[in-house]
Amino acid sequence: MKIHAYPYNDFVIPFLIGTVLLFCIIIYKYIRWIRKFSDEQRKVIRSNWYSWKIFPAIWEMIREGLLHVRILKKNLLLGIMHQAYALGWFLLIVVGAIESRDAFYTLQHEQSIETVRELDTQNGWFIYNKGENRDPEFLNPRRYRVETEDGIARIHYHRPFYVGIFYRYFVHKAPASFRQHKAYSDLMDALLLYVFLGLTMAIIKIFWSKILGMRRTTKHTLVDRFSKFSLWMIFPLRLLAESVTACLYGNGGFFTQAVGNLFDPMIVRGLETSVWMLYSLMLGIFFVTMPFTRYMHIFTELLLIYFRKIGVKEETGKTGYTYFELNACSRCGVCISGCPLDRVLENHEIQSVYLIRSLRNQERGSRLKMIADNCLMCDRCTVDCPVGIDLSALRRQTRDKGQIDTTGNYTYLNKKQGTFNAIGRVAYFGGCMSHLTPGITESMERIFNAADQKFWYMDKLNTICCGRPLQQQGFVNQAADLRKKNTELIEKSGATMLVTSCPICYQSFKKEYNLSIPVVHHTEYIDMLIKQERIKVRHDDRKVSYHDPCELGRGCGIYEEPRNVLNAVTNLQKTRFQKEKSVCCGFNLGDTKLSIEEQTQIRNASLANLTSKPVDAIVTACPMCKKAFQHATNDYPVRDIAEVVAENLIN
Amino acid sequence: MDNVSLKRYEMLKDRVPSFKRCFQCGCCSATCSARQYTEFSIRRIHTSFRRGEYEGLDQELKKCMLCGKCTLVCPRGVNLRSLIINMRQILDETKQ
Repeated sequence: MKIHAYPYNDFVIPFLIGTVLLFCIIIYKYIRWIRKFSDEQRKVIRSNWYSWKIFPAIWEMIREGLLHVRILKKNLLLGIMHQAYALGWFLLIVVGAIESRDAFYTLQHEQSIETVRELDTQNGWFIYNKGENRDPEFLNPRRYRVETEDGIARIHYHRPFYVGIFYRYFVHKAPASFRQHKAYSDLMDALLLYVFLGLTMAIIKIFWSKILGMRRTTKHTLVDRFSKFSLWMIFPLRLLAESVTACLYGNGGFFTQAVGNLFDPMIVRGLETSVWMLYSLMLGIFFVTMPFTRYMHIFTELLLIYFRKIGVKEETGKTGYTYFELNACSRCGVCISGCPLDRVLENHEIQSVYLIRSLRNQERGSRLKMIADNCLMCDRCTVDCPVGIDLSALRRQTRDKGQIDTTGNYTYLNKKQGTFNAIGRVAYFGGCMSHLTPGITESMERIFNAADQKFWYMDKLNTICCGRPLQQQGFVNQAADLRKKNTELIEKSGATMLVTSCPICYQSFKKEYNLSIPVVHHTEYIDMLIKQERIKVRHDDRKVSYHDPCELGRGCGIYEEPRNVLNAVTNLQKTRFQKEKSVCCGFNLGDTKLSIEEQTQIRNASLANLTSKPVDAIVTACPMCKKAFQHATNDYPVRDIAEVVAENLIN
Repeated sequence: MDNVSLKRYEMLKDRVPSFKRCFQCGCCSATCSARQYTEFSIRRIHTSFRRGEYEGLDQELKKCMLCGKCTLVCPRGVNLRSLIINMRQILDETKQ
């Protein structure tokens, strides 16, 4: 004889409905987005699906999806908050599942029908109790079948997946041979306390966000708040439900039992299923709202990290990857605190978190346009984003002006520009802005000569732009036209290397062009010359502070080369906001909405950081930044790195 | 001249308030990268726009490469890049 025992109570229904709906919606959405991947992205995914790249991908999924290392490094308390929610809840689910599996395994292998009679009265294995017999010390599965095979009766204990979630209810008393029972319940309580720690942080964050390293938190919509409330309620309700059960049957861990002992068993006896129902209901509500709120990030960010780490990149147009990015944003608001527009101009509407929300809500019209256009594209938020969403790329996409008829726009270039034979030489591209700072280009010429390097100053007289400013403003095919012209010019010349002085051009040549020759910024080039001892420099006794240009530092990751050069020729002082934290000079070409007064305010904030310690000069590596600071101050000389090196050349 | 509608000009002033400060010194045109190659002149475009002569302006405006030198040299702090983009948009929106 075989008896099938199913743990079941009506209160699991809201949870079941929520779970089923959640996964149906999520899978539907994911399939839709995956079908929207571009051919290029599909190729990358297909070729890297099983490559070694999945190991760093999985590691980052664990590191950022569960441990939240990036946020921890930024602020310990904020990190603990995010980690407690993610890791705490994840472990509650996993440990709960393992615990129930272990308990049922023990039961299955140790209890046969022969012992049940004894066990029923003494050892009290309670799975479900409904109907006539309300004695919890009695085995009474909701449904059971009696199978007569060979006359021997055994109970088959089924373990539906929800048992782990409601384990304490379904297992009022563990089998005697399940000795780990106490350890498990204490561990589960510790995990619940861990989540409560996160909850406490979240509540502190509402009133005092600064202590968690956030000057300002995200303004959430009503739907998001509702969903957040249901999430917050899940854990207190779980505590309540487990405590009530612990009060009645003494199966709690150190925490739930302590809380449960405060209750009066006579009073709570009738309430047990009701509180479990509330807990299940809250889970159901949260699950149903999840795909439509910011909590969609929970699963999406893992997929995003995976796709990103195996090499998928954002493209000029909207692709499936874009949808993953938009939905991976948890609206944590980490991008707000660093934004110079928020810090300096008190503009609290245009930050990336709001851009993503508007895009996700499929807003159109002037509000979205205002958000998209008013941004310096300094990438300060991109380096902060805990899940690595390419925020500037999303903004560029939103600015896309579509296909513009460009026939006849640049036909004049062929006639005027001509070609140049520069075989074996280094091509030097000063960039538009360097024409306003002749000191930089002259210094570069001196450095080339000192290194005995033949070079071709390709835009000495005439410049066409690299195309990045047009690209940034969404005139995509116009920018492509310019890139085509420049590529032709460079490839035909036979130059061996391209050196640029302008970080804007540098990033464009490096990332948007597809040149066959290496592209370096002049800081990298000078660093190389010094290391190879092709130029000799002396070390002076000036103290300088270095401003990391956005496009060079955050844009291309060039932080060390300029520092090497400056350490070789002068005394470099550290500043509070440096490297990826550097404050944009305010004149980045990404923005067209800011007035000159607003740009000046941002510049002054940036300048204040550079001059917080006594310095003799301010050094930067971008003609734009140089020009910006030069306008601002007469107290400090503003120099480009090339100028500082040229001044200190020995030969 | 009497039939000239200044609607677009008013729109432009609304969208780019700093434009009102321009005193037509021509620094922008003097430094312009596109000017190196063509007859492109922001000052002339500006004047045409003010006068309501929109003929061929949209084609002319596309020659701008948005490099931003003009904005940087402008002694009056006019946001010229925004001006160009908005001129293009206004001409686009009000196309008959």
